[in-house]
Amino acid sequence: MTTVRLREPLKRLAGGRADHELEGATVVDVLAALEREQPALAGWILDERGHLRRHINVYVGGERGAADTRVAAGDRVDVLPAISGGAR
Amino acid sequence: MTELLVGTKKGLFVLEGEPGEGFEITARAFAGEPVEYAMRDPRSGRILAAVTSAFYGPKLHYAEDADGEWEQATGVALPDGRNEALARLWVIVAGEDGTLYMGGDPGVLFTSQDGGASWSIVRSLWDHPTRPDWQPGGGGLCLHSIVPWPGEPERLALAMSAVGVWLTDDGMRTWRHGNDGLAPRYVPEGTDPGMTLCVHDLHRAARRPERMFMQFHGGVYRSDDAGASWTDIGAGLPSDFGFPMVLDPADPDSAYVIPLTADMDRTTPDGRVRVYETRDAGETWTARGDGLPSEHAYLTVLRQALDRTGSGDALELYFGATSGAVYASGDAGASWSAAAEHLPPVYSVRTA
Repeated sequence: MTTVRLREPLKRLAGGRADHELEGATVVDVLAALEREQPALAGWILDERGHLRRHINVYVGGERGAADTRVAAGDRVDVLPAISGGAR
Repeated sequence: MTELLVGTKKGLFVLEGEPGEGFEITARAFAGEPVEYAMRDPRSGRILAAVTSAFYGPKLHYAEDADGEWEQATGVALPDGRNEALARLWVIVAGEDGTLYMGGDPGVLFTSQDGGASWSIVRSLWDHPTRPDWQPGGGGLCLHSIVPWPGEPERLALAMSAVGVWLTDDGMRTWRHGNDGLAPRYVPEGTDPGMTLCVHDLHRAARRPERMFMQFHGGVYRSDDAGASWTDIGAGLPSDFGFPMVLDPADPDSAYVIPLTADMDRTTPDGRVRVYETRDAGETWTARGDGLPSEHAYLTVLRQALDRTGSGDALELYFGATSGAVYASGDAGASWSAAAEHLPPVYSVRTA
């Protein structure tokens, strides 16, 4: 299982829980699994196409990752807003 | 007492007051988030707010009051099957039969039958065979104007940048263009503009529904045949470039616009802020600027940032600028005062 760690406001939408244990081979797989488990998150991290939103950053085991980064049991995926989104 | 819902770059502000007597900010919601449009549904009384987080994408929220509990609406997403994602929500309009309509980018129309809690995409427009030819404007492929026909819910007009006007008479089963007479200056003379028609705002005269007015990307137009064809009426304006427009529902010959210098200089001409009014269907235009900044004032007023309430002599007008100022008139534009001066850049103003 991979742990996805959320911060606010995503944590609030996910039942107030920061850590979520999920199955999946890649970052986008576990995030899609997170959406299925927590439907209120649908559309917040991944768009309708299943693409990681442009100004969301993911870190896998403390290293910057991407949608297709492979994950393994015991990994932690941190989901954070990117500083780039603050340009608006 | 008039309530103004002001969508800004940094949240939704609720202002309450009377023109000339001052307005107070009574609530703020979505602090820090871009609120592109907010309105109160006259049927349900709910506020609906379109919020496009730079991080989390466009969402529609609703609440009984701005400082109450907000809920996220469902169904506000594009269907599977195309490699596109919803970019932004531009406008929400209450229809004749309790239907709410919502337009967004990329050229998408949604409807709601439950006061905005849940939405469905209008497939006849989404699947329209001409869609591959639709061209976005600078603000995206934005469906920004939704114009019901009083008393006839089967009839509707839409405008989209830069696709032009779409008309339906059969409850959105079929759509036809209403672009005859529009003459864009941004294509070579004599060239068929096709679907590169950058309508900025579209309105219908309440007491003569076949009459419509349009602010175009260079040009102000009137239609007397329900949007099928258009006549340029912008000759009496200092500039026929601008974004928002409103009509006095008591007078089918009326329209108000806020000219900006040009597409390459989207500020009020000569540093003077003036609203222009016609009462003869565009034959003549009169500047209405008493109380508005008259020198060194280079404001930009965006598409959804002008609204009205009341009619006739009691017509109230309100507009906001990207400077963060909101101006109010309680006498059909004859005199103006500031309702707010230091808000974040104003995206939309709607009366409630």
